[in-house]
Amino acid sequence: MSFTWFHRLGSPPYVYALAQRLTPWLAWPAALLILAGLWGGLVLAPPDYQQGDGFRIIYVHAPSAWMSLMVYTTMAAAAAVGLIWRIKVAHAVAAACAPIGASFTVAALVTGSLWGQPMWGTYWQWDPRLTSELVLLFLYLGYMGLRAGIEDTQRADRASAVLAVVGVVNVPVIHYSVTWWNSLHQAPSVMRLAKPTMAASMLVPLLLMLAGFTLLFGALLLVRLRAEILARERANPWLKEALAR
Amino acid sequence: MSAPAVTSLANAGGTALAAEALPVTSLAAAGLALRRDLTLALRKPAQLIQPLTFFALVTMLFPLAISPQLSQLRQVAPGALWAAALLASLLALEFLFRDDSQDGTLEQYALSGKSLTALIFAKTLAHWLLTGVPLALMAPLAAIALGAPTAALPGIIAAVVLGSVSLSLVGSIGAALTLNIKRSSALLSLLTLPLSLPVLIFGARATQVAISGGSLIAPLELLGALAVLGVTLAPLAAAAAVRISLE
Amino acid sequence: MSPNTLEAENLHLWRGDRHVLRGVGFSLPAGQCLKLTGANGTGKTSLLRTLAGLMYPEEGRVRFCGADVRADLRAFQGSLAYLGHEPPLKADLTARENLRYWIGTRRRLSDALLRAGLARVGAEALAGRLVRTLSAGQRRRVALAGLSLCAVPLWLLDEPATNLDTEGQALVGSLIAEQLARGGLAVAAVHHELSGLGAVHQLELAA
Repeated sequence: MSFTWFHRLGSPPYVYALAQRLTPWLAWPAALLILAGLWGGLVLAPPDYQQGDGFRIIYVHAPSAWMSLMVYTTMAAAAAVGLIWRIKVAHAVAAACAPIGASFTVAALVTGSLWGQPMWGTYWQWDPRLTSELVLLFLYLGYMGLRAGIEDTQRADRASAVLAVVGVVNVPVIHYSVTWWNSLHQAPSVMRLAKPTMAASMLVPLLLMLAGFTLLFGALLLVRLRAEILARERANPWLKEALAR
Repeated sequence: MSAPAVTSLANAGGTALAAEALPVTSLAAAGLALRRDLTLALRKPAQLIQPLTFFALVTMLFPLAISPQLSQLRQVAPGALWAAALLASLLALEFLFRDDSQDGTLEQYALSGKSLTALIFAKTLAHWLLTGVPLALMAPLAAIALGAPTAALPGIIAAVVLGSVSLSLVGSIGAALTLNIKRSSALLSLLTLPLSLPVLIFGARATQVAISGGSLIAPLELLGALAVLGVTLAPLAAAAAVRISLE
Repeated sequence: MSPNTLEAENLHLWRGDRHVLRGVGFSLPAGQCLKLTGANGTGKTSLLRTLAGLMYPEEGRVRFCGADVRADLRAFQGSLAYLGHEPPLKADLTARENLRYWIGTRRRLSDALLRAGLARVGAEALAGRLVRTLSAGQRRRVALAGLSLCAVPLWLLDEPATNLDTEGQALVGSLIAEQLARGGLAVAAVHHELSGLGAVHQLELAA
């Protein structure tokens, strides 16, 4: 019986309808969690004794950075499933993930830069985490560029899937080498985006934001997934029926 | 399903000898592929000079853009050298699969009944021998031009030899993915450069250590580890990408 | 093991939005030739590439000697020879070197065998010449020499007589006839008549 469930997940019409039904179940809780997290983080939590109010941007920066990595992993996993078992819907999921992940990466970079400004006096430092985020952005751009460069959808799916898997293997290698490079040059700790030591009143809103961002990703993914399926299946009769309903 | 027995070629005056019924192993096939690519390249040596010329050109940009003072250039020598090496090897990647893809011989490799991974590894090895090794031999000249002391040169050669292995391997993945895409050079760079960053970081570090006269064992080990990682994974990924481009 | 039979079962293939192969099926026994006909763009090349395992059909399967070719694709590909539109030759190698590096990857080739292969297609004089200096028809002959040197049971040919004169077309026919006489099979997309073959199966692909 679980096998039929797996098979159903490979069918575009089923997934399209499922995505439509599930989206509000993810979107509303996401909005609630994010609002709660923002209120807790921006209003309720006390200012950090070292960084003052400036640290509050962590409530957007940390979840964004975390999501940028999580989305890449999800994208690579979906791409691998599509590559190995030749499931079109999996490729559609991977394609839908990419712009969302890239946006999270940009958000992480921008908020990281804004966070650093009061601490460093400049908008940019080659902090290991920021540098890794920047490289991750290029990995996303490369993935999207490869997809855009290949006209045939099927070949674009499979080629970008190989790239995603190669990328996901490389991410730890890149992260390690960037961290090592940074440590070699003895950057003073004030140049790092150091997380302040967290009291519970600071941590809870962060976790709420993280959960909210995850659900937000889910909702955005489902919306984009439906758009992807629309684009891919436009020649298929089932779609015209579904849209008529 | 086992391959049916080889039938003899019926022709006037020739019979299939017993030895010819022995199958060719993937390893032997890979050896042939290596020899073929080396033979081809040596017949058109002009193509090999281009990446080296580019390397020299990029190296020359740094003194002109920064300062003619060798003492100042020495500070940026590791980074400049490796940036130039990276860009030159990117240029050379265009030659790896392009011709074979266009004349149908890559397709025949995929259909040969032998491991495509082994054949692609052989091609990448040939490519490295033809582009990476010459680059490593030219690197000392660039290093001296950027103010490095002569004592640093052996270490620099070793670093570029090891690093160029990884560059060829990682590059083969990008080259295979962008086969038959029009105007793919920019895309190839976008795909390959992020994946080559660890080589850049470790290579520049090794060069820095060589210039300041320290022990090169650890940096070279890191470069070697990257090369080993590349050898195990890159040909697999490149072969998958080649098959996808043939679909 | 059942004798060499090539079977295609309900092959469906999409290229982007185009439904190129729509339920193509056939059964080709040993010693027979299947001729593919149809206008340009009806999927002859796609069918040949699907049979060769280069393209993956969304539905249906290909069976050789009773076994699904996907079960051991590499072994299957080792027992077929595929000739596409362009002869797979490197311009900067001689004809002999090309054959050595191309066919040599598949089976051991002695000098005698190579010479005999080239002689069979009337190209023994071209052995030491760079392919760059050969005409399109001459290159095609060298490719046909490679085909016959493969010594495999299944031939998949896409317009094998391109660029050949009537004598060359007759050569293609006689090569296929020899292949069939050995108990092999051939699937060929051709525009002209295959002379010297007797009865052939025919599969017409419609747009």
